[in-house]
Amino acid sequence: MIRVELVKLFRRPRTWISLVLTCALPFVVAVFITITHLAPPPGQGSAFLSAVLDDGELYPAAALALVLPVFLPVAVAIVAGDSIAGEAAGGTLRYLLVRPVGRTRLLVAKLVSVTAYVLLVVLAVTVTAYATGVFLLGPSRAAAVGQAPGAGGGVPGSVSGIAGAAPTAGQAAGGAVTSLSGAPLSLLQLAERTGGAIAFITVSMLGVAAIALFLSTITDSALGSAMGALAALVASEVLVTLNAATVVQPYLPTRYWLAWIDFFRQPVFWRDIQRGFGIQAVYVVVFLAAAWANFSTKDITA
Amino acid sequence: MSDAVVSDSGVITTRALTKRFGAVTAVRAVDLEVRAGDRYGLLGPNGSGKTTLVRMLLGLVYATSGEIEVLGQRMPRHARAVLPRIGALIEEPAAYPHLSGRANLALLDAAGPGGRAARRTRRRRVGEAMEQVGLGGVDRRPVKTYSLGMRQRLGLAGALIRRPRLLVLDEPGNGLDPHGIRDLRELLIGLNEAGVTIFLSSHLMAEVEQLCTRIGVLDAGRLVLQDDLAALRAPTGRILVETPDADQAVALLDGQVERRDGGQLLVRAADAAALNARLVTAGLRVSAIGPHQRTLEEIVLAVTGTGSDHVGGSGS
Repeated sequence: MIRVELVKLFRRPRTWISLVLTCALPFVVAVFITITHLAPPPGQGSAFLSAVLDDGELYPAAALALVLPVFLPVAVAIVAGDSIAGEAAGGTLRYLLVRPVGRTRLLVAKLVSVTAYVLLVVLAVTVTAYATGVFLLGPSRAAAVGQAPGAGGGVPGSVSGIAGAAPTAGQAAGGAVTSLSGAPLSLLQLAERTGGAIAFITVSMLGVAAIALFLSTITDSALGSAMGALAALVASEVLVTLNAATVVQPYLPTRYWLAWIDFFRQPVFWRDIQRGFGIQAVYVVVFLAAAWANFSTKDITA
Repeated sequence: MSDAVVSDSGVITTRALTKRFGAVTAVRAVDLEVRAGDRYGLLGPNGSGKTTLVRMLLGLVYATSGEIEVLGQRMPRHARAVLPRIGALIEEPAAYPHLSGRANLALLDAAGPGGRAARRTRRRRVGEAMEQVGLGGVDRRPVKTYSLGMRQRLGLAGALIRRPRLLVLDEPGNGLDPHGIRDLRELLIGLNEAGVTIFLSSHLMAEVEQLCTRIGVLDAGRLVLQDDLAALRAPTGRILVETPDADQAVALLDGQVERRDGGQLLVRAADAAALNARLVTAGLRVSAIGPHQRTLEEIVLAVTGTGSDHVGGSGS
């Protein structure tokens, strides 16, 4: 059944169109920055964008920051929201179930296919952004400007609040990229941290997917469940910025969405990353359980 | 093979099957009985509960109360064992519009159980099913370009790919042109002769009359009639006479004529040939004569009220 769902996912034009569009945004941004050499000043605009003129290799991180707020959640909500509701509206759900496909199995297969989609999009954005960054913005020029390895730790580390003595991480300067904290990162470290960021963003998107999947078992409208999930995210975003709502903020789904940026600090600032993983895990478990409870007892009248 | 059980036991049996949606009772206390080898037609006006009943048999809708047994096993508890032996068409057919008909069937079949053994025979079974429903010649064009009739045929092919022992078809004639209806009838009769039990629901009485051996009639969720069609349509002990000399005939047969409808007379008499001789001897012309049988329509209308989509005034 999982194989069937993957075939359906990858033979669907929508999958590839949304993928191309999501990858196109960072590409267009890179083209503009390359032509104008006008990156936003540090501390403003989307994360990492100020740094990419110096470090083309940091562009995957900048690209992820660009697509995270809107493009990714919209794409994920649409795919996950469509998963059950779309089959119901199209009439194929009843034919799958009498084949028979167990309802739990169908739900699991849908989840796997949504996860595959999320991973595919995030990886595609990373890879195309890396290529874009290296070819358009040029590989790291930081080696020349970068601080001497020893100087890395002290000052910038304070940004994260953990003034821990930076490990002698900044290895030989060759090809090093500067972290957000100013300390240089080797290419291997950069790859590791990008991997961590990908994992974090994927899990965050799975939180969105779980909400959309749950709504998808409630309604027969694919659009309704996608919009419902997005509405939940928008509401969360509003509350995250509202001081009066401080009490609930740690439990909001988007509260730690940007914590993956901490992977690019030196050393990695783990606190928010861990909380982010934790809260997303809770959302995934709760909403999947609700989706299962609803779907497995539901009368299929569509 | 362990499924050689169903010989004289029922293929579909329900006991006091009831389904309520909130305040609405869609199906009430239905005792359905479909025997092996039947071509069973479930009739009833729109909204009488046919689709809900079909969906309960297939485990899509859960009964509020009552029992269901299909192919000798309880549903929906044993859905995993029962459903692979059923081919189903539930309301409209459905397919993934951007894929071809064959791709759709292959995908549907791959979703079902069977693993490698099913995979090995898939291409052949899909080809056979397409051939059976008259889609053998279609190319790789996507289903979204299919006509309504082709979609219906594809839906039927989907029901046939696992070579089922029981076909459950909800309104199978929908969207088919007269040729399509005839093809469908011949296909179903052929399958039935090869041992497949057929259970179909329809509101088209002509379709059921020509195809089915046994009928059930649902009205407002109740099964108001269930019998063999031959028994229901047994001669009524009356003779139907068509004559251009109706007035004289009425005078001649004094008291035996039950009903007159223009040149058509319904006569209480035992033997059509004797009646014919009597009329002709009296110099009356007879254009048609034969034993009277009720049509299916008369039978059904006699036991059902108006359909649920008939919205009458508040009345007086």
